[in-house]
Parts: sequence; structure tokens; C-alpha cells
Amino acid sequence: MDSDIRSAVRDGLGVGVAVGLSGLAFGAAAVAAGLGVAQACVLSLVAFSGASQFALIGVVAGGGNLIAGAAGAVLLGGRNALYGLRLAPTLGVRGWRRLLTAHVVIDESTAVATAQPGPRSARAGFWATAISIYTTWNLATLLGAVGAARLGDPKTYGLDVVGPAAFLALLWPRLTSGGTERVVALLAMAIAVATTPLLPPGVPVMLAAVAALAGLLRRRTPPSGQSDRQRELSHS
Amino acid sequence: MTVWIAVVATGLGCYALKLAGLVAPQRVLEDERVRRFTALVPVALLTALVAVQTLAHGRALELNGPRLAGLAAAVVALLLRAPFLVVLVVAAAVAAGLRVLGL
Repeated sequence: MDSDIRSAVRDGLGVGVAVGLSGLAFGAAAVAAGLGVAQACVLSLVAFSGASQFALIGVVAGGGNLIAGAAGAVLLGGRNALYGLRLAPTLGVRGWRRLLTAHVVIDESTAVATAQPGPRSARAGFWATAISIYTTWNLATLLGAVGAARLGDPKTYGLDVVGPAAFLALLWPRLTSGGTERVVALLAMAIAVATTPLLPPGVPVMLAAVAALAGLLRRRTPPSGQSDRQRELSHS
Repeated sequence: MTVWIAVVATGLGCYALKLAGLVAPQRVLEDERVRRFTALVPVALLTALVAVQTLAHGRALELNGPRLAGLAAAVVALLLRAPFLVVLVVAAAVAAGLRVLGL
């Protein structure tokens, strides 16, 4: 049990620091897009959702409509509501603490929490990720915004691959163990990629949630349904 | 000034959505199908995110060699059961290395 918690904390700190460092990329990109250093920092502190933040500065950079830009960025954060729904029973936070917890319900904290074998390690992983990524992401945003010119392109350091690689690594145990998970994953990727050229940025990823419905259809086969349920019980 | 409004609106909107999920009545999770659905949602959204972050640039699909190679290296590292941080470092190093070589 304790080793589960230790490994959850280690995973969380690893994800938090590694992905948080890509805040350098955000800070630099925000200033390049025309935001002030203070605007870039406030966005990281308050929105604290990388994809939404990049979406908004993309619209600012392109001189697009800021209302539509903000709406798109918020829509992109819609998946966090689904994560919150999933995590609420595991985290078990009550009352005003939910106001604080809600702020750090994001891709990374959800990915680490749901990758853990039990509820205690899930909570440990969630908070280790949340605290380390909030700290690193905001400091990195400031550094990136201030040092935009000196840093150069963050792609030079391969930082653009860190996010996808981290999500893939966290999902890996579920992808290699469950047939249902694999079907859902492949379907989700197909939906997202196929609709990317057709829909505004952010919408394809939200739409990919539909792929999770495939998991419901597959439950009709009794044997795999049974094992799925057992696995889920041991996970949650 | 309008940029400030957009910044604050985005921040508040993002926060409101996070809070909505967390405070939604858990009764909706009593239904077995809803539970299965929300359990699979992170798998669907995160793999979709991996695909989009790897293959898309805005609304355009693009094949960025170093980025694809970096992700492929991550898959190889995962197949070799490398620890989490090693996977990230290998992915970034391969992408950065190929870019240094001008590929």
C-alpha cells in the first residue's frame, strides 16, 4: 500500500515538473502573441488549463474575435467537468475545499489519479501532480514570458512531445490490459483527427468523448463485462 | 484592455467548468452505464489529446517528423517497460536531437 502511494507521488511529481516546464513555451508564446507578461501570468494562475490558454493566445495572435476566442478556450476546458465528475467520489472532498480542489482538476492530475491501483494512491497522485504542476507551470510561464527572446523556440528542446508522451505513458497500463479501453482509444483518436480540419480547435477532443460510449456497447458480452466490472472496482 | 477581459473571462469560465464537474450530484453516477461512461472518458479524451497534439497544428493536420519520432521513441520505451520519467526524457531527446540534425 505504502509503495503504491510512493510510486503515485513519484509519478505525480514527474508529470507535474515535466509538463509544468512547458509553461516556458506558453509564456514565450503568449508574449509573442502580444500579451503582456502580467496577462500571461494571470491567465496561467486563473485559467490553469494549458490547452485553453494556448487556444486563447492563438486567437489573440491571429487577431481573431476575442469573444469567440474566449468562448472556444472555455469550451476546450469542458473536459475538466467530465474529469471532475469521474474524480469526485475518489477524491472525496466536501464543502469549501471543493472550491480549491476544482482549480487543479486537469488532464495531468486526472491522468495520474486514474492510473493508480487504489483510492489512497489515487488521491496521493492527484495532489502530488496538482501541487507540482501548479507551481512549475506558473513559475515557468513567468520565466518564459520574461525571457521569451532569449529562450528561443521551445520545440528545440523537444518540449512539444513531452505532453503527448506523458499522457500515453499514463494511459499505457489501461491500453495494454483492456480490450474495451483499446477500442475506445482508437475510436477517440480517429474521431479527433478526422474532425480537426472541420471544427474549431478544442471541439474535436471534446467530441472524442463519444468514443467512451463504445465501452457501453461492449459490456453486453457477459464474460468481458464481468471482468471489466471487477477491474473497475479494484481501480476506483 | 479587451485582452484583459478575454483573459479574465477565460479564467473564470475554465474554473466554473472544473467546479461544475466536482459539485455535480453524484446521483448521476448511480446508473451503471453512466459510471462506465465516466470511467472511460479520461481514456477517450486523453488519447484524442495525444493524437491532436501530435498530428494537428490549429485546424491543419501536419506530419512533423521529429515530433512523430519522439512519440514513437516513447512507445518503444514503454514497450521496454522504461520508468515514466525515462519515457519523457527519451521522447524529448529524440525530437530535440533530430531537430539539431536539421531533420
